[in-house]
Order: sequence, then structure tokens, then C-alpha cells
Amino acid sequence: MNSQSDKRVSVRTARAAAGAALLAVIAGACGVSTTDTTPEPSSGGYGGNITVLAAASLTETFTQIGKTFEADNPNAKVTFSFAASSALAEQIDSGAPADVFASASTKNMDTVVQAGHAADPTVFATNVLTIAVPAANPGKVTGLDSLTSRNVKTALCQPQVPCGVVAAEVATNAKVDITPVTLEPDVKSVLSKVTLGEVDAGLVYVTDARAAGDKVREIAIPAKFNASTDYPIATLKDSQNTDTAQGFVDAVLSDEGQKVLTEAGFGTP
Amino acid sequence: MARPTTLRPAERARRAAGGGQRSAPGVILVPALIALAFLLIPLGGLIIRAPWTHAWEILTRDDALDALRLSLWTTTLATGISIVLGVPLAWLLARTDLPGLRWVRALVTLPLVLPPVVGGVALLLAFGRNGLLGRYLDQWFGITLPFTPAAVIMAQTFVAMPFLIITVEGALRSADAGYEEAAATLGAGRLTVFRRVTLPLLAPSLIAGAVLCWARALGEFGATITFAGSFPGRTQTMPISVYYALESDPDAAILLSLVMLLVSVLVLVGLRDRWLRVGASS
Repeated sequence: MNSQSDKRVSVRTARAAAGAALLAVIAGACGVSTTDTTPEPSSGGYGGNITVLAAASLTETFTQIGKTFEADNPNAKVTFSFAASSALAEQIDSGAPADVFASASTKNMDTVVQAGHAADPTVFATNVLTIAVPAANPGKVTGLDSLTSRNVKTALCQPQVPCGVVAAEVATNAKVDITPVTLEPDVKSVLSKVTLGEVDAGLVYVTDARAAGDKVREIAIPAKFNASTDYPIATLKDSQNTDTAQGFVDAVLSDEGQKVLTEAGFGTP
Repeated sequence: MARPTTLRPAERARRAAGGGQRSAPGVILVPALIALAFLLIPLGGLIIRAPWTHAWEILTRDDALDALRLSLWTTTLATGISIVLGVPLAWLLARTDLPGLRWVRALVTLPLVLPPVVGGVALLLAFGRNGLLGRYLDQWFGITLPFTPAAVIMAQTFVAMPFLIITVEGALRSADAGYEEAAATLGAGRLTVFRRVTLPLLAPSLIAGAVLCWARALGEFGATITFAGSFPGRTQTMPISVYYALESDPDAAILLSLVMLLVSVLVLVGLRDRWLRVGASS
């Protein structure tokens, strides 16, 4: 009885500690949110903190553009949240404090614009799909036709996520009936199931397959079947730091930003 | 699980010190009410925002029913597995004196505090196609577990079985071993004692533990989506379905949440009675 109650207490202590840690994290997250703004437009440089919500497929490129932006504007700090565009659009609708939204589909941007959270988005990149397979290609995937076999385990994005929308278009164009084993929350989750070797193939953007390096092999989708998606970007109406937010959007649209994107495999609009 | 009898002396002392006052001072009342509001307002939000006018139509859609059906049968199986495997482990922890048992007990409770996503990653690395054991399952028997309902059940069992084990173990520890000894003296074999004496003594805690285990399995999200993925009708359980529905169909997300809320309330109401009886019997 005694050691039992001791243990119960220790579990409670652990939970209390976990709760305290969670509160600390929440407090920390609030600390870096958009409310902490000290714009110092000294000598044309941008300042303050901004939060950029960006499609998962922009993880590598936007991180790089963000670093350059911070180097050019030492007083500015850019915090990213990468997720499925549909999930981010929902977060913005629910009042997530953020300054910039970059979507992997015009559809999710339109929802945000229609809800009055943003205006005049600019398309800054395009992307097409490819078939990513583990380096050893255990499913012997040769093309889209392979993905119709029940023996080939395929991962796709959820149908409401942009990469899932584009995948459905590709399947329609090629008149193939893909039989996925899982519908993942975003394109990076599809990619990780491929790199772990848990699936034989995944439909991801060419940029994601390229970013994964040697871990995956790319099996190209013929151009006549492929579908592309547009990436719009906009500052958000509720931004507490519109100057710096606009500055980041300009950095993405700048020649330097565009160079980062094209090198990663994005198309120019 | 909490035994009121053990708390009573402390409570009596507190009452004596406080002069038996009934009304709570403001320092206690205000945070207590804030805590209560914080816990209840979100639930109220669900009820107020629910699209009652077309609730039935949404809930009887195939995808909602698929998720509900999948959740119900997988959690029930996970609970069954937890009972079959967990009760013997609880007995081992409570009644034997094997070396290193303290560490085993700590490890058993680990999934209680471990983030479920981490559990999912661990399951993937153990039972995935390239996993520690999963590799041989695939090579020798052609069995791959991820992305199947079996993976859903494994994820649920991993996170929920500890609830059953600690509940049953606690009951075993506080149960009077005298009955078992008496039965043994009268010539009953060890298995007979376990079946005819230990199990009946345990029944209330076993039921409480099983219900807790079932409820935890029903709410399982992180380990499931990591290890079993998400496919409607096959691995997309209720919580995963709620998560996705929020992006595409918030009305459905709210209604599915309400269904889970209702199930949870039913579980609690059922348990309250059970728990009171457990408390009274100790």
C-alpha cells in the first residue's frame, strides 16, 4: 500500500513537472509571438519578430531565405511554422497570430483572403509532383502504373492537403487508380514514410524528393500527366509588424529569393 | 483508485485545524472557479457550436461511421489483449520478488508519461518493415504491420495497457493475501487459487482498469498516426478523423468530438459507481 501510494505520488509529480514544462513552453511561445514588436527601421533595415506560416514543402527554401533575411536585417527575427497549407489556413481562420502566409495552393490562400485575413496574394513559385521511392526501390516501381498494384505500398497526402489535391489530378490525367495504404497529414510525412522504407512509393513534390538527397530515388511522372500547383504568398491583416512582414514577402520575391527556390527545383510562375 | 479511507485521518486533522469551516476563502475559491471554468468552457464551446440541425446527416455518413466502427472494435480488442497479457504481468509485479522488479515496474509505467508520438516512432522502429523485429516478420512471413488495423491495435495497446497494469497491481498489493494462503493450505493448486480466489477478489479493479484502458485506447492519436498511418476505414480512427475533419469539414469535426465526449462521459459515469465500490471495499 505504501509503496503503491509512493509510486502514485511520483507519477503525479512527474505529471506536474510535465505540466509545468508545458506551461513554460507555452509562455516561451507567447514570448516570440507577433505581439513582441520593436520595429526599428534604422537605415532601411527591418526589425522585430515575425511569424511565417508556410507550406511544408517550403521547409528548406524558406528556412534559407529566412536566414538571409535575418543576416540582412540584424534586428529582425523570423519564426516559421511549416505544416499542410490546409491546416495553416484553418489556423489563420481560428486566429493564429502570424504575419505572413505562404500556401502550396491558391485554394487555401483564397479561403484566407475570403475570410478577410489577407489581401492581394502574389504567386511566387510553382511545383509539380514526382514519385519518390526508397533508394533500393523495393517495390520495383517504374511509373504511375506500378502504384495501382496492391503489392506496392503507396503513401499519398490527405485529399484536402494541396499535395493530395495535385496527386488526385495526376491520377485523373493518367487514368490510373492509385491504391494508397495511408493518407498522410502533409507532404513531408509522405516523404518520411518513404525514407524510412515503410512504403514502396510516395507522391511528393519534385522539390521534396530533391531535398531528401540519396535516401530516395525519383521516378519522374511524364509531363503530359503531371499537374502543377501555384504557391501564393501574402501578409496577414492581423500582423503587428506589417513592415517586416512585407519585407519578408519582398525577400521571397526578390531575385535572390527566387534563385533559392529555382535551385531547389521550384518552377517560376 | 483513490482510497478515501486512507485520507480520512488527514481530512479530520484539517477540519480540526480549520475549526470545521464550510465556506472556502477567496484565495482558494477564485483559482478553483477559474480551473473549473477552464475545464468546462471548451466543452461548452463544442456543444454550442455543434451544427445540430444536420447532425444526424453528418454522423450517419459513411466516413464518420467507418471511423466510429474502426475505433470501437480496435479499442475493444486492444483492451482484451491488455487484460490477457497485463493481468499476469500485474500479478508478477505485485506478488513475486524477482530481482530488478522495481525497474520493470518503472518501465511498465513509462508509456504513461511518454509522448504517444514517441511511442509511435518506437513501434515503427521495432515493428516497421525495416524495424528490429518487423524486418524478420516481413522477410520470413511476408507480414508487414504498419498501415494495418493490427498496427492500430498495437499502438493502442502500447499506450493503454499500463493503465490496466497499475490499476490491477495496486489492487493485488492491497488485497489480503490471507485468502489465497488459506485456499492453498486447503489444497488448491496455484492456478486454481489464481482463478478461484485472486481473480474474483480483483474483479472490481479489473473492470475499472479495463475501462480506463479502453478509454485511453479510444483517445489514442499520436502513436496511431505515426505507426499505423491514416486511411479511412482501415487505420483512420475517430481522433484522427476529427483532426483531419477540422481542416476540411469543421462541422463534422465538432460532431465527431461530441460523440467522443459522450462516450467519455458514459465511461466516467460507469466508473464512478465502480470506483466508489472499490473504495468502500478496501
